[in-house]
Amino acid sequence: MTYLADVAALTRKDLRVELRGRDTLPAMLLFVLSTLVVFHFAIPDDAGESAAYGLLWVAIVFTALLGLARAWVPEQEHGVLDGLVLAPCDRSAIWLGKTLATLAFLLAAQAVALPVFVLFFEPLDATALAGVLLADIGICAVGSLMSAMAAAARAREVLLPLLVLPLAIPLVVGGVGAAVSADGERFLLFLLLYDAVFAVLSWASFEYVVTE
Amino acid sequence: MIRGRDVEKRYGRKRVLRGVDIAVPRGGFAVVTGANGSGKTTLLRLLAGLALATRGDLVVDVDRSQIGYLAHEPLVYRELTAMENLDLFGRLYRVPERRERIGMLLERFTLWEVRNERVSTYSRGMTQRLALCRALLHDPDLLVLDEPYSALDEDGAAVLDAELEGLAGKHTVVLATHDPDRVAQLQTARLALA
Repeated sequence: MTYLADVAALTRKDLRVELRGRDTLPAMLLFVLSTLVVFHFAIPDDAGESAAYGLLWVAIVFTALLGLARAWVPEQEHGVLDGLVLAPCDRSAIWLGKTLATLAFLLAAQAVALPVFVLFFEPLDATALAGVLLADIGICAVGSLMSAMAAAARAREVLLPLLVLPLAIPLVVGGVGAAVSADGERFLLFLLLYDAVFAVLSWASFEYVVTE
Repeated sequence: MIRGRDVEKRYGRKRVLRGVDIAVPRGGFAVVTGANGSGKTTLLRLLAGLALATRGDLVVDVDRSQIGYLAHEPLVYRELTAMENLDLFGRLYRVPERRERIGMLLERFTLWEVRNERVSTYSRGMTQRLALCRALLHDPDLLVLDEPYSALDEDGAAVLDAELEGLAGKHTVVLATHDPDRVAQLQTARLALA
């Protein structure tokens, strides 16, 4: 219970910081909406649904990347990560709190972006939406860890996409597959497995990322 | 409580700390001095458990939950208020009667009136006082202070003087400073880094 209370306090803190600073969510919203608008005018009407779903995933991945790039900025600004690392709570709670907060920002951006996608391009059925949700969980879980690693580096803006994008490829494959395949459930199972494996790996390895 | 022999720290090929011997008994008050770049901050990070020595033996015989660390950076969130920052760290450090303890520290460091204002609106001195509140919040056995007097005005420095006098003998303190005379009467050991 103490672990969950720590996670809740850390997530609440991130949401509060974003609510006040408004540094991340507006940028994510602006990016995803402008990307969909540009694609709407750039893609010919006969491009097909596969192309439309592919573009949706390009928008989702890069929107998530935008959120992840700023995920640890509040901790970097005043060296707060040292304070969190020194606290006697389980260090994985710091990662889980950050993952949940990043997921909340991504879901908020998608709450606006997905209706716009449906309006401009193709409908999204329950399987496609479940694919988006599962891929969101995966990208936030892995991305929060990679973002913490990149945050310690000098060229963090360059390093983060290099770390996250290769790991996001299976999520894009799963997400597009869930939307376009006749056997979408198989892709959902694949996403579920990815989430479980990478969430456990990220949870277990976070301590080694933030300590020497 | 602290025993270190021939402690060395390297970052890549750069050696930032070389051959440091340190011994601070429980309740001791050690003052670390040295020019800029002599490795004071690095040594304090090693003592706080934020970095590992590259070579040598360093034993800090205290649980992580009992270390209070004041760094160059204040280690508080700019977009949160003083109250919210201390409440978060109080939770994570399992501080009993958290609200009372926070109130007492904010009163002592004269931040009570601005407790609900964001840290981003604070002056450097006010932020330093809040950082001291955060370091003292859980009443740590070992207090590691890196230039605690920096940015404090005379009133703030006087409050810190009184706080350190109260802690001396009961808590172990390691303090890095460019003004060792200020704490000369409390000091039980001195380490000059070259």
